[in-house]
Amino acid sequence: MVATAITPEPASRPAVEIRVDGRAVTAHAGEPLLDALRRDGVHVPTLCHLAHLTPTGACRLCVVEVEGQRNLVPSCAFPVAAGMVVHTHSQRAQRARKTIVELLLADHPDDCLYCVRAGDCDLATLARELGVRERRYRGTAAAIEHHIDASSPALLRDPAKCILCGKCVRVCEEVQGVAAIDFIGRGCKTTVGTAFDQGLNVSTCISCGQCINVCPTGALREVSHLKLVTDALADPRRVAVVQHAPSISVTLAETLGLPADADAAGILNAALRRLGFTHVFDTSFAADLTIMEEASELVQRISRGGPLPMMTSCSPGWVAWVEQAVPDLLPHLSTCKSPQQMLGAVIKRVWAERNALLPEDVFSVSIMPCTAKKAEAARPEMAPDGVPDVDAVLTTRELLRLIKLRGLDITRLAPEPADSPYGERSSAGKLFGVTGGVAEAALRTAYRLVTGTELPLSELKELRGLDGVKELHVKVGDLALGVAVVNGLKNAGPLLDAVRAGRRPDLVFIEVMTCPGGCIAGGGQPLGADLDAVRARMRSLYAIDATSELRTSHDNAQVKALYEEVLGAPLGHESHRLLHTHYAPRAVDC
Amino acid sequence: MVVAHRSSDLDPIVARYPDRRREHLIPVLQEIQERDGYLSRDAMKAVARALELPVSKVYGVATFYNQFRFEPRGKVHCQVCRGTACHVKGSAQVLDTLERAIGVPAGHTTRDGLYSLEVVACMGACGLAPVVTINDEVHALVSPDGAKRLARVAAKKESHRHDA
Ligand code: SF4
Ligand code: SF4
Ligand code: FES
Repeated sequence: MVATAITPEPASRPAVEIRVDGRAVTAHAGEPLLDALRRDGVHVPTLCHLAHLTPTGACRLCVVEVEGQRNLVPSCAFPVAAGMVVHTHSQRAQRARKTIVELLLADHPDDCLYCVRAGDCDLATLARELGVRERRYRGTAAAIEHHIDASSPALLRDPAKCILCGKCVRVCEEVQGVAAIDFIGRGCKTTVGTAFDQGLNVSTCISCGQCINVCPTGALREVSHLKLVTDALADPRRVAVVQHAPSISVTLAETLGLPADADAAGILNAALRRLGFTHVFDTSFAADLTIMEEASELVQRISRGGPLPMMTSCSPGWVAWVEQAVPDLLPHLSTCKSPQQMLGAVIKRVWAERNALLPEDVFSVSIMPCTAKKAEAARPEMAPDGVPDVDAVLTTRELLRLIKLRGLDITRLAPEPADSPYGERSSAGKLFGVTGGVAEAALRTAYRLVTGTELPLSELKELRGLDGVKELHVKVGDLALGVAVVNGLKNAGPLLDAVRAGRRPDLVFIEVMTCPGGCIAGGGQPLGADLDAVRARMRSLYAIDATSELRTSHDNAQVKALYEEVLGAPLGHESHRLLHTHYAPRAVDC
Repeated sequence: MVVAHRSSDLDPIVARYPDRRREHLIPVLQEIQERDGYLSRDAMKAVARALELPVSKVYGVATFYNQFRFEPRGKVHCQVCRGTACHVKGSAQVLDTLERAIGVPAGHTTRDGLYSLEVVACMGACGLAPVVTINDEVHALVSPDGAKRLARVAAKKESHRHDA
């Protein structure tokens, strides 16, 4: 009854007055009490709360006292009403919260020192804040045998550390529309797992990592490639080369506390060199390369009659999902590899040869905001002759760990340029980091390909912002092009249903980024980013684009040089060998 | 989203619920268990497809209820009542002894398919506690060793039946 009484639309809620801890506070009738408290600067702890999703009231940590209510109420699921009198930190509420945390700890393993979340665990933080100083309870669930699920190339699940908050389950179903995991069993035997409690690798999991980003404990983490990388950096027989994705420099700027429009790419280049990489390349260069191929593919599909709409292929979670859930639409996926894999192939198959190296002499690392990139790099077709194009993928989180591990104070580094010949980028390539960016970059270049002139608008406002689905119809020469942009995988379903039913003949191009917001909010990014942080990252990328001199992929001189010297023309023979791929339906339990 | 499928692939029971409403989930699972004695993976997948639910959800719901089994019944199917009266009269030891004798925990079937073991909430025969049923035959006032003997005897009977 409580949860349904919450009205979803903030605009429609009349302002009312309530009393919070003796003060008058203005709130909106019907909004979750927790939201009003947060706006007012009162911090009530939560463990299961997810902004913008329906509250479940599972953890009870957010309980407060409301006069007239016999029991404590969960503020995340309790609607504001006029005249309400709230005590947020009464003794009773405090005691209840502390007991809840103590009970959670009763079933929790004691190996915090060795946990990946040591230092940033929500559960440990709460225990500290609430003053838990001794073990008063010992649970029986601790006796249940838990098995770490290490079957996925991207994620590691350790059910022993799970506190059953259900956030991963909700994100996977309500944001990503995948529903790979759910609660299994009941009572003290409840766990979170896949259908038939199998490994993630045979489930519908697409490795997006959004569940990691919301998990309050160390129950979910990425499969770490740190050891692989540190070993390779110490191996004199291998040349360590690295590429970094468009969004990494922006997140790095954020962790450094630089202004929101700062591009820390230069500092990132310097840091990676200090870590021991001999060559630092920019994945945004490869994004420009991707645009050359993808825009050409789009123009070719339009002139040859399809299959249209063409769908982007740079987000590996989305690609995996198409393969398993809608294999009939595989011919719509662009055959372009993602920028990571394009640059991986170019480094191992072109750059290595030019430097008299064998592909296996090169250790190619990519820094990605993404866990699914680990799964992508592990795909067999991304390892011709058994030598992978990308040897290791570090998430942004792992990069920050590596920087710490090596005792590097990056605030002291002076910016350096990336290495040639794959270090130059247009800001169109940089926009790959945010939802809508691929479509915007592709349109800039497709316009040029079709009309021979530059797109008159430099910014496509309709494709910008965090709406789940955005659309734009443009005239390119004589062609009317309909473009749709999706972020947050769940939003793709209805659009594809409409495409399949023949209701969207206007669309020629669909960009899908698996994560809500795009790579800037990817499953490998630093934990604890809220919507404001994601918006700030988005604004940074737009600011970088607005102030950039080179805003179109087709004007990237190093990309042009690569075509002249090696590839010939987009969609040519060498392009097909190095830059394109194929897909196959994937059988999973869905 | 669910890939289009032909309804002829689907389990006939599932095919009887063409309106795909989610509230059919439990009745469908019950009917399947009634017919097959357990819920196979294929059956749960077919149900998921038919009701347009993720398989993880179907499995999650099925495992939430004690009534569902995920392995076929053994030739000797033992049920131990774990209701309050039986508990007071020592059904925990009965269960423990049977689990050890049979070699699988409650809810499972031995690999050779001979025994399966299950706990039930209350059989409504509290005056006879502790109660055990073997192939649906009710046995009253059962001691741990008694339960073990009953299971063995039933197994012998089964093998004779097959020899004959
Ligand atoms: S990685 Fe993504 S698809 Fe896989 S379980 Fe987590 S949220 Fe679901
Ligand atoms: S794995 Fe993490 S997010 Fe998922 S239920 Fe457990 S504690 Fe919560
Ligand atoms: S945050 Fe309110 S119940 Fe968990």
